[in-house]
Amino acid sequence: MMRRRTTLLTGCTALVLALGATACGGGEVSAGGGDKALSGQTVTVAGVWSGSEQKNFQKVLDAFTEKTGAKTQFVSTGDNVSTVVGSKIEGGNAPDVVMVPQVGVLQQFAKKGWLKPLSGTAQQTVTADYAPVWKKYGSVDGSLYGLYFKAAHKSTVWYSPEALTQAGVQPPKTYDELLKAGHTVSDSGLAAFSVGGQDGWTLTDWFENVYLSQAGPEKYDALATHRLKWTDPTVVKALTTLGKLFKDKQLVAGGQKEALNTDFPGSVEKVFGPKPEAAMVYEGDFVAGVAHDQYGKSIGKDADFFPFPAVDGGNAPVVSGGDAAVVLKDGKNAKAGMKLLEYLATPEAAAVWAKAGGFLSPNKKLDLASYGDDVTRATAKSLVGAGDSVRFDMSDQAPAAFGGTKGAGEWKLLQDFLRDPSDPKGTAAKLESAAAKAYQD
Amino acid sequence: MAATTVVKQQAGPRAAAGPARERRGRRPARLIALLFVLPALLLLGALVVYPVLFSVGRSFFDASGTRFVGGGNYAEIFRDPATLKAVRNTAIWVVVAPSLLTGLGLILAVLVEKVRWATAFKLLLFMPMAVSFLAAGIIFRLAYDEDPDKGVLNAAVVSVHDAFEGTSTYPTARGRTGLLTQDRDGSYRTTATPGEPVTLPMVGVLPKDLPAGARPAAPAPHQAGPDELRGVVYLDFTPGGGGTQGKVDRRESGLPGMRVEAVRDGKTVASTTSAADGSFRLTGLPGGSYTVKLPESNFAPPYQGVSWLGPALVTPAIIGAYLWIWTGFAMVLIGAGLATLPRDALEAARMDGANEWQIFRRITVPLLAPVLTVVFVTLVINVMKVFDLVYIIAPGPVQEDATVLATQMWLVSFGGGNDQGLGSALGVLLLLLVVPAMVFNVRRFRRSQR
Repeated sequence: MMRRRTTLLTGCTALVLALGATACGGGEVSAGGGDKALSGQTVTVAGVWSGSEQKNFQKVLDAFTEKTGAKTQFVSTGDNVSTVVGSKIEGGNAPDVVMVPQVGVLQQFAKKGWLKPLSGTAQQTVTADYAPVWKKYGSVDGSLYGLYFKAAHKSTVWYSPEALTQAGVQPPKTYDELLKAGHTVSDSGLAAFSVGGQDGWTLTDWFENVYLSQAGPEKYDALATHRLKWTDPTVVKALTTLGKLFKDKQLVAGGQKEALNTDFPGSVEKVFGPKPEAAMVYEGDFVAGVAHDQYGKSIGKDADFFPFPAVDGGNAPVVSGGDAAVVLKDGKNAKAGMKLLEYLATPEAAAVWAKAGGFLSPNKKLDLASYGDDVTRATAKSLVGAGDSVRFDMSDQAPAAFGGTKGAGEWKLLQDFLRDPSDPKGTAAKLESAAAKAYQD
Repeated sequence: MAATTVVKQQAGPRAAAGPARERRGRRPARLIALLFVLPALLLLGALVVYPVLFSVGRSFFDASGTRFVGGGNYAEIFRDPATLKAVRNTAIWVVVAPSLLTGLGLILAVLVEKVRWATAFKLLLFMPMAVSFLAAGIIFRLAYDEDPDKGVLNAAVVSVHDAFEGTSTYPTARGRTGLLTQDRDGSYRTTATPGEPVTLPMVGVLPKDLPAGARPAAPAPHQAGPDELRGVVYLDFTPGGGGTQGKVDRRESGLPGMRVEAVRDGKTVASTTSAADGSFRLTGLPGGSYTVKLPESNFAPPYQGVSWLGPALVTPAIIGAYLWIWTGFAMVLIGAGLATLPRDALEAARMDGANEWQIFRRITVPLLAPVLTVVFVTLVINVMKVFDLVYIIAPGPVQEDATVLATQMWLVSFGGGNDQGLGSALGVLLLLLVVPAMVFNVRRFRRSQR
């Protein structure tokens, strides 16, 4: 899920680097001149990033050092942030700042009383420069703890421009047009979509996009927090809409059985690999990374995206995810850590990584010209432009037992639904009973 | 395994204390013995006894570990469909895998005794034991892959199948909806009267999948004799879009090699194959209307092989991988037992005129029974804790169909379920199931020591 996607983002980074974005942006940032007020202090930052993501984040940290004089140290936690951070706090060696990859983890930290609320300056920046939704996802019980520094866009349908030209169709604007375009593509001899059903999270993302657009953000929020039951008619309707696509042999490459046998990288391969079997694949912005790194596609030319289309007259959905920076109470230099957060909230900090690539910022003030290539710029524009209608990945908000476990909960039930989409009502009932158990309410 | 060690350790001091019968020496000897055993006892207590007791205690509490639920978790095991499935699958494993392995091992051991390159053969069969379960799991996950291009088993199945059945020319093609009617068996039809042109528009074929000789479609012929049907089978899709549906447009290709039949009253009266430009001609048809049919043999989808890792076959498939690893073990152990068999019994039987089968049934097997039981029971214990193979081989969608107690225990406690209460209950259940086998093995071990 999130973790997996984060590793995929690594690919994106490499991709944009290769696209010829300037290799280093560390030098130009401190144009305003730092006052070096924090000289001699060391801020420890923990996060899931590794590889090129870590390298690019280090550039941001270096820019901070140049500005304030504070030294920084980045600790990669691996996949399981909450366990690592928890044990570090118990061991009296807490990092000052943690980059939290999931809303659920942020809430868990806040409820345990580990977090310091954002300083006044940081709060003001968030209120002024970010859409309110980001503030909401960074807050627990009315206090703001998290600053969303890096975001992901999960409402992008990636396609092979060659295949769409061959079929003579344009990127569609609505879901009905999408199905129609799909049928035309399939007439041309290529299946319309490749679906990576062996990985449950691709299916939850499909569902979330359809549901957000069809039922609207209020219902989406209610369902994400399980205030709304999964047996609600809107869920059944969204499943029916999705089922119409899933059970159509012309739309899904190889039909349902093959979709269940295809994992996420495989689904990208079916569109951008050496033997294309489908024209489109739906998943987040990280598809570009795989298409470029593994199959040498040039993004923007051999692989492009259109936003996930609006379903049944609703607004086009924007499902997102992101990494939030939080300050730990137990950190030795929590004060300097807060200064780092204030810095991360500025467009200046975001521009450093944006230039390096593989990064989207939810910060409205960030100049879109900072992004290294057109496709990233378009995704960033779509994300920021969606403003307050952005919603976080629902399965990332749910307890892991329901929204994040291989072979169980939502993943498994949607896979069963892909295998046999004939009974949306029954699937909704099963989802509800699994959710009730996981949320324990 | 741990329990075996416990008993061994305890049996040790008793045996050591036995010969020391003298009253004077008894107390210090005991003390010294205790001193020697103490480190081992401490270790065992900390690493085995305490965790077992803790798990038993934990199994009576809910997921958070604060609320006492009594036997609630145990009831949940038999209520939750996933854990129930795990219990059922474990039962299948315990019954099937050890019996198959013991049987296979016995047969191989007896046969290997009679071949010349016995050692080489044994070595070969024993080699998978050196491969870790994880690596074996990955190997078999690949071997069982459903895509014949990836999975070696399906590649074999598909090539054998295709050698006998052959493949169709246009597996992806289908008739233009609304213009051709699809029959239940997958063939397409339309009605026509002799003398009038017939167009059969098809879609769904990639330009690169067209047969090499395909030429642009012939426009629908106008002159046809009164007793013949003339027409064209073509790809009704203009590359890049445009074109009229159901009409032969300029850049559209003919579909050569398509079998076309004229049917009247359910009987095929004429048939032919389309030419390079897709045109065809059916002759010798008296007046009236006919059904023009493209039989399903044109479109038969390629054979996909067996879905080894589908919900139905996944457990047998994983047991297969387990057999691959353990057959060598069973064979070597039984082979060792075989080597110690009293030769005179066998010789005597041979002298009395018994054939090989009779010797095997009446002499070898009964004499080997103790060894067979040991192998069987050891395998039962081993099978109960099978985890890695199941976890690695079963793909996400069928994980629940393949799950066994050990994987389920891990999944509900750490793999996202976060319910260590239920996990502990599963662990205790597993322990209870293993204990009889352990006791049996230990008893046998002691008896053989005496």
